[in-house]
Amino acid sequence: MEEQVVKTKEIMEVCLLAGKIMLQSGGETYRVEDTMTRMAAAFGIENTNCFVTPTGIIFSAEGNGPTRTKLIRISERSTDLQKVAMVNSISRGISSGDINLKQAIDQLNEINSMNLTFPILVQAAAASLASGCFMIMYNGGWNDFIPALISGGAGYLSFVYFNRVVSVKFFSEFLAAFVIGLLSFLSVHMGMGQQLDKIIIGSVMPLVPGLLVTNAIRDLMAGHLVAGLSKGAEAFLTAFAIGAGIAFVVSFL
Amino acid sequence: MDLFIQLFTSFIATSAFGVIFNAPKNTLIKCGLIGMGGWMIYYILNSYSENAVLATLAATIFIAVLSQQLAKFYKTPVIIFSVAGIIPLVPGGLAYDSMRNFVENDYNSALGLAAKVFMLAGTIAFGLVFSEVINQVIRKIGKSEVRN
Repeated sequence: MEEQVVKTKEIMEVCLLAGKIMLQSGGETYRVEDTMTRMAAAFGIENTNCFVTPTGIIFSAEGNGPTRTKLIRISERSTDLQKVAMVNSISRGISSGDINLKQAIDQLNEINSMNLTFPILVQAAAASLASGCFMIMYNGGWNDFIPALISGGAGYLSFVYFNRVVSVKFFSEFLAAFVIGLLSFLSVHMGMGQQLDKIIIGSVMPLVPGLLVTNAIRDLMAGHLVAGLSKGAEAFLTAFAIGAGIAFVVSFL
Repeated sequence: MDLFIQLFTSFIATSAFGVIFNAPKNTLIKCGLIGMGGWMIYYILNSYSENAVLATLAATIFIAVLSQQLAKFYKTPVIIFSVAGIIPLVPGGLAYDSMRNFVENDYNSALGLAAKVFMLAGTIAFGLVFSEVINQVIRKIGKSEVRN
């Protein structure tokens, strides 16, 4: 009996850790719930309930002992698809019986402490390339390509930097949009670029919450009402921050 | 020539978003190709029919179906392939336009643009869910045939 209780506790810890990593790395709500339920079932707990929102996970397991429930708070979210894929493959391994409880704990802890993202400068280079290409895709001219490259890369870099210093996402997005607006305005003012709107739209694309908007509506359709509404609120705040940052530049200069 | 430039830029932009989202390194090229295909469908349909909603729906279904097949083949989550491909279709530029109009006190055009953003985002989500449901139905029908 005592052993069973301890085991239930460990299984819950593993499931919650997997769910936490996935949610922090941008996994979809339904995938997090699905993964946790499957992992628990593979370890022998058939009756589980989990409630996943972008800011926290509630998980309860009915083992042989009294029902246990635990809550985990998620305060930071980013997009790291590599981690989602790794947790997913561990969950597959558990379902097929290749990975036991002890191995799962070790591997998940390792993933949790790893930092797999590309170096900041590579990310910034990617962001600036994406900005330039989006500007072309939205029917901009090639002579605006270089200004979009510069302001897009600088905007993403300043977003990452301000996010470390300020730690309020709204404010760092506002400042990054301000930097983008300022650089685009300057480049047009100095005669490097022609169409201010196209340059700005291309450069803000790496910051724009397009993915959040889509995920929010998708969660709503799938019946995850709380998750959908809170993601929608986050997307709205981000869009507002970007719009305000740009408007600040446009209306004062 | 114009089409070729669109192909090239959409490939680069989607792969770059794969880097920003930290997709596994061996999937970056595939992400780019998926995004390129989706953007081509959107671009051609949009320039012939002038109907952004229809073009977005067709492109999203293409991306979602392809991502699901790839995900099944490589045994990875669907999100890895679909996320980067969806990005060019997402109405980020429109959302920015609408927000800018809001903060400049031009509420009439802002609301119109916001409604359009909502429609397009809804279309993308609908396309994703739709192809997922179709996939599940096909799998279920396949299973019941095997049992018979």
